[in-house]
Amino acid sequence: MHNARGTTHEAYCVEREALSMKQFQVPRPPDDALRDMLASLMDKGKVGGVFALAQTGENSYSYALITDKKLLDHIVPTLPLMPANAGKMVSRLTMLEPVKTPIAVIMRPCELRALFELVKLEQARLDNLLFISYTCGGVLEMKTAKDGLQLKLEEYWKQVKTGGVSEDMRDSCRVCENFVPTGADITLTLVGNDNGKQTTVQVNSEKGEEFLAGLSYELTEAGPELEALDSMRKKRAEQKPDVFGQFAAEELGMAGLTALFGRCIGCHACGRACPVCYCSSCHFEAAENEFDPSTLETELTNRGALRLPTGTLYYQIGRLFHVSISCVGCGMCSDVCPVDIPVASLFAKLAGSVQGMFGYVSGRDAEEKIPTSTFEMEELEEIGA
Amino acid sequence: MKEPTIVGFLCNWCSYEGADRAGDARLEYPANIRTVRVMCSGRVEPEFVLHAFREGASGVLILGCHPGDCHYKMGNYKARRRISLLKKTLEQLGIEPERVRLDWVAAGEGERFAKVANEMADTIKGLGPLELS
Repeated sequence: MHNARGTTHEAYCVEREALSMKQFQVPRPPDDALRDMLASLMDKGKVGGVFALAQTGENSYSYALITDKKLLDHIVPTLPLMPANAGKMVSRLTMLEPVKTPIAVIMRPCELRALFELVKLEQARLDNLLFISYTCGGVLEMKTAKDGLQLKLEEYWKQVKTGGVSEDMRDSCRVCENFVPTGADITLTLVGNDNGKQTTVQVNSEKGEEFLAGLSYELTEAGPELEALDSMRKKRAEQKPDVFGQFAAEELGMAGLTALFGRCIGCHACGRACPVCYCSSCHFEAAENEFDPSTLETELTNRGALRLPTGTLYYQIGRLFHVSISCVGCGMCSDVCPVDIPVASLFAKLAGSVQGMFGYVSGRDAEEKIPTSTFEMEELEEIGA
Repeated sequence: MKEPTIVGFLCNWCSYEGADRAGDARLEYPANIRTVRVMCSGRVEPEFVLHAFREGASGVLILGCHPGDCHYKMGNYKARRRISLLKKTLEQLGIEPERVRLDWVAAGEGERFAKVANEMADTIKGLGPLELS
């Protein structure tokens, strides 16, 4: 199989290229540094709006598109919470046509990758968007927002500084090795830095440079904090047996899957929250999937028992087939699951293996084709042999 | 014991003709294969396979034109990627990937059709029923 970026090592190099050598430092914490930068961009008329995570009340956070500069006080772009996948949110804003006014979009690496997948699926457009991202320490489970957030944040930032893993993070973040954004115009290097007083901002593209031109920042040549990034990558790899171990194929099978998804209530929240569950009308919500009385009777005659609600396993496996090639491992599905099924961990494990078949990392590059939409003449020749 | 059901998705241009040829030649193939004619092996979505399982099938056979011979030029190449992905997923879920088989049968290959169908029936008989709900 030919794929120029087929190996993990090569993927790693792509990431390092993504981290530019041009950077500047701001003697302010990241969120303040961003607010200042965005206010200047708005003052100069370079952007008409800002899309970022915002605080909407006590213990309450959501993504917001802000056009009134006064409201920039509300943004908390690096707070480790993800109420929705921002890639999906930007897709909603740009699905029908691109935005007309330039907007600065601040999102995490996995959210950016989700957006790039949606561009390939013709459900999002990147025109007029300036992408700001950061080396990502992961996010805490959303329920943390109303449960001891401040305390957990202290530990979280300590881990980000040293390239560690915080126990309160989403499981999918604990095992994520794609925490360096690819495709961002501007990247804040949070990992490995003491983010209490100072922020390092890297400029990764010409577009990024154009936007920042005329602002009072002095670019210097410097490298990323590779030591902390390497440490984080290593520590996250170490988490894999703990997170993925429960899904060994020999433990699953129909019995294991039924046990895993037995408590699924069929609410489909995982699909709604998933950025790459992209169908506008869902096959699994179609009337043809309802069991009418005669189907129920057949089921009961043939099998002797029927689990209710029906079709939950059918839905979960079907969704796996649909999204595993594009799954970015953001963990939204587990976070919204009302019955705490570790669905994100299972999906991330399978996503790794099916994407690996084609040397693909979902969303790494907006130009790269989704493997199922293309083919090589000479491949997989064991089929039909 | 009741023979496990196998659903066969056969492409209109090659494999369905191949099955016809097997019939014309009075070649035997298992009666528990239920054939569904599709326009192309590339038309077979993963849901079709899953739906067949949910409706009680224990195996799914997908047959298309040989690589290079697709009536639509590249449908079978796309099917090859898609079905490989599906089999990989099943394997990781602890469901035997052999329950799904993609193979190539040309319009004139009645014997090959009978061979593949018989092999599939033996494989599925060996694996036993799959109960997805």
